[in-house]
Order: sequence, then structure tokens, then C-alpha cells
Amino acid sequence: MSSTAPTRTPHANSPEPHAATAPAVAVKGVGKTFGATEVLKGIDLTVPAGATTCLIGPSGSGKSTLLRCIAFLEEATKGTITIKGDPLGFAEAANGQRTRLSPQNIRSVRSRIGMVFQQFNLWPHMTALGNVCEALVTVRKMKRKEAEERGMAQLSRVGLEHRATHYPSELSGGQQQRVAIARALALDPEILLFDEPTASLDPELTGEVLNVMRDLAGSGMTLLVVTHEIGFAATVGESIAFLDHGRLLLNGTPREVFGEPRHPRLAQFLETYLDRGAATLL
Amino acid sequence: MSLDFGLIIEQMPDILSGLWVTLWIWVVASILGAALGFLVAAARRYGPAPLDWLLKLYVEILRGNPFLIQLFLLYFGGPFIGLRLEPIPAGLIGLTIYASAYFSEIFRAGFQAVPRGHVEAAQCVGLSRSQILRRILLPEMTMLVLPQCVNMAIILIKETAILSIITVPEMTMVIGAIGSQQYAFVDAMFLLAIFYWVLVEICDWLGRRAEAKLSKFRFAVT
Ligand SMILES: Nc1ncnc2c1ncn2[C@@H]1O[C@H](COP(=O)(O)OP(=O)(O)OP(=O)(O)O)[C@@H](O)[C@H]1O
Ligand SMILES: [Mg+2]
Repeated sequence: MSSTAPTRTPHANSPEPHAATAPAVAVKGVGKTFGATEVLKGIDLTVPAGATTCLIGPSGSGKSTLLRCIAFLEEATKGTITIKGDPLGFAEAANGQRTRLSPQNIRSVRSRIGMVFQQFNLWPHMTALGNVCEALVTVRKMKRKEAEERGMAQLSRVGLEHRATHYPSELSGGQQQRVAIARALALDPEILLFDEPTASLDPELTGEVLNVMRDLAGSGMTLLVVTHEIGFAATVGESIAFLDHGRLLLNGTPREVFGEPRHPRLAQFLETYLDRGAATLL
Repeated sequence: MSLDFGLIIEQMPDILSGLWVTLWIWVVASILGAALGFLVAAARRYGPAPLDWLLKLYVEILRGNPFLIQLFLLYFGGPFIGLRLEPIPAGLIGLTIYASAYFSEIFRAGFQAVPRGHVEAAQCVGLSRSQILRRILLPEMTMLVLPQCVNMAIILIKETAILSIITVPEMTMVIGAIGSQQYAFVDAMFLLAIFYWVLVEICDWLGRRAEAKLSKFRFAVT
């Protein structure tokens, strides 16, 4: 993937490793509390570049919160997150002192991350193409025509070029989610985050979205996917992270994580999916 | 009571001029009131806390007493603080300020009705705060609050009648005066009732048409 974003090169004075060798995302000691509840209790997670990492875990374990911290929709209360070596939101000095980075810096690091939500979150007053082009025109200051060409290319990537002029209300849930993926792709992100992208879809529509994600994974894009689709995680995920009660219990290849002997908490978690037949895909 | 159509036709120029004053004051006060109301709502949402309290007080006071009293205070009380206004500017300003309080409450609810995720999606692709306000919140809100805005506009058209009390030459004052002169006051009021009702129906119809046009921008299943 090529990008024109000047922010890609690490800062000259940055002590972080060079972007080419740094992981796509490095989460170090991240904690998050909401009021008195400690939702994330010191997470260390490395998301390798060019691979698909699936984040699984029981409901309420903190998966969405971790993903939202990486998207900077929530601010971690402890620890650091780096994107290809560049700190996100806060810089941490050697003595553990965290300082907030400038808004411009935050926005430029953030613009390298694409996010896909469970609820799609398309803007209802814009067409599919309008949704995809919005940031290209407003943020990247691209010419309308150029942006639309690029937007169409992204829509065809998710198989929806024939729906470009449709409004979200005129699209099925699966199509809306694919438009949302195209919208995230249009900015040429270095990493795409997905928070249960198929959870609010009718079962017969999940396939089309998972197929698009499979294609993206195959094209060498870096994906971090929170999912309850254990079958997808086991077959597409190259790295599996299992979160439980705000801690990262397991992290490894699908074989390492799902293979016998299973961690008792994972076994217990998977049992709840046996009923749905998902675990039989393992 | 019998409507004298000869008299109505005879007085047509005056009636039309009254109708015109009612119409333009209504339209201008509605637009300015909505714009001011939007600014108040946005300032309350994005401004510092003391500004929010101050504007909350502004809204509460304006909503807490009759428009008639507010208009009297502006027109007759204004000169005491050096604010001497002609009837038409006083009426226009009074109605605009009165409307802004209600519009600001409509927009405040509108801000809250836009799903958080739509704003988060915009943050994720790098839109700035003001871009999110302009490109996402304002248009989405407009669709959500349109029915309440139409409703407010309908209330305002009826409030314009109160401007007659400070001698704004609008419909109620003009037609009322003709009615008194010609000893046909009840007929005049009856005519006015019909005029206002027709205006309200037109406004309602326009609002419904706009809503139908916007319906495809409604949220999908999500
Ligand atoms: N904004 C918030 N304020 C307070 N508590 C929150 C907030 N967001 C999340 N939580 C709490 O944090 C915990 C973890 O939530 P999170 O949404 O990250 O879980 P999850 O693993 O994504 O669950 P699910 O599979 O149900 O989506 C939950 O107990 C939740 O109630
Ligand atoms: Mg979640």
C-alpha cells in the first residue's frame, strides 16, 4: 500500500523502531477505567503488519474498549499505543510520565487507521459514493472528480459500484457494511479495525461481508477484527487474541490458541458457541 | 353576521399589504430565529460550562412568560435603556428572540438524536469538529427536527397577530381596523381566522412535502 501521508515517516527524534520493522500496532500496558470500573487491566498486544489478528472473548471482556482505544475513540488511562512505531495520542517518557500529543499529530496518526463499526454508521444524507468520498474531499482536499474516481474504485473493491448513487436507507445491511468498508479503505489506511462487523446483520448477509474481509486479508492488508464468528477467526485469523475480564489471556496462532489442550476459560467460552454450531468449524 | 364581499374587495389593497407584512415578518423571524436557536444550541453543546448556564437562563426566561409581555417590555421598556425601536423592527426582533428559545431546544434535542456512531465514524476519517458540525450534525439534524421546526413555524405565524398590539401594520391590525371602522368587527375576525388557517395549512403542506423529499435520507435498519 502506498500513501501520500507525510506522517508515515517516523519523526527524526523518535526513539521508536523504524516503521518498516515496527508492528502495525503495539499496545503496551494499556489500562482503561470508566469511573470505578477497570475495564482493561494492562493489555500488551502486538498486531503484526500484513496479517489478520482476531480478537475474541466473552461479552463484556473489553474487546470493543480495546479496539476503541486503538481507534482513539476512547483514551486509554494507562500505557501506550503505537502505530508503526508512532505514538498514538500520548507520548510516554522513560519515567512513565504521559504527555498528550498535539491535535494535529493525533489526527495524522489516527488517519492511518480505518474503523468499521458494528452499526455501519454510514451518514444517511449521503449516497454510498458520497460516504466514501467525504473525507477525501473534506479532509484530504481532493478535487471532487478525483475523489469520485477513487471512491468508485473502492466501491468496486467491495462489489458495489452499481450502488454508488444509492442512499444507505436504500441498501441492505450487508451492502451498508461493505460501503462502510469502502469508506475506510478510501483513505488508504495502514490498518483496518473491525468491531463485530457482522453482528447486526441477518445470518444470510454475513457471508458477503466476511468474503470482502477475506479478500482484504488475502491482499496483505493489516486487519484487527473483534468477532464472535469463531469460524472466521480460526480460518482467516493468522493471530488470535483471547480477552477475558480485561486481560489478554491468550495470544498466538489459531493452532496454538484453539488446539488441545485448551485453556479452561477459552474452552468454557467456546462451549457457548457450540450451541450455535460455530465451534464445529474449528 | 354576513360577510360583505363588496367591502372586502374595496379594501383589498390594505388587506393585501397587511397580509404581506404578516408573511415577511413571519418568514424572516422564523429563519433568523432558527439560525439564532441553532447557534444557542451549538454554543450550549460546545461552549464552556458558564456559557451553557447563561444560555440556559436565556432560554428559560423566554419560555417562561408570554410573548405579549416580552413584546411590551421590548417596545415600551426598551426606551428606558436607550433602545428606541419602530414597531416593525421591534416586532421582528421580539419574534426572532422568542422563536430562538424554542428553536434552540429543538436543535438541542436534535444534536442528541444524531447517533453517536455517526460522529465517531466522522472522527475516524479525520473530520475536524467544525467539519463534523457542518457536514454531519447539521444535515442529519435537519432531517430529524424538520417536523418540530414546521410545528414551531406554525406557532409563530399565529404569534404574529400579537404584533398588532404595538401597531405593526400586519394582517390582524389592518383587517381589525377596517372591521372596527365599518362596524363589522366579528366579520373581520372571521376573515382573519380563515386567513391564518389557510397560511397554516400551506405551511403544513410545504413541511410534509419537504419531509417526503427527505425520507430517503432516513436512517436505515441499524
Ligand atoms: N462508556 C462506558 N462507560 C462505562 N462502562 C463502559 C463503557 N463502555 C464499556 N463499558 C463497560 O466495559 C466493559 C467492557 O465493555 P466492552 O464493550 O469493551 O466489551 P466487549 O468485549 O466488546 O463486549 P461485547 O462482546 O458484548 O461487545 C463492560 O462491562 C461495559 O459495561
Ligand atoms: Mg463489543
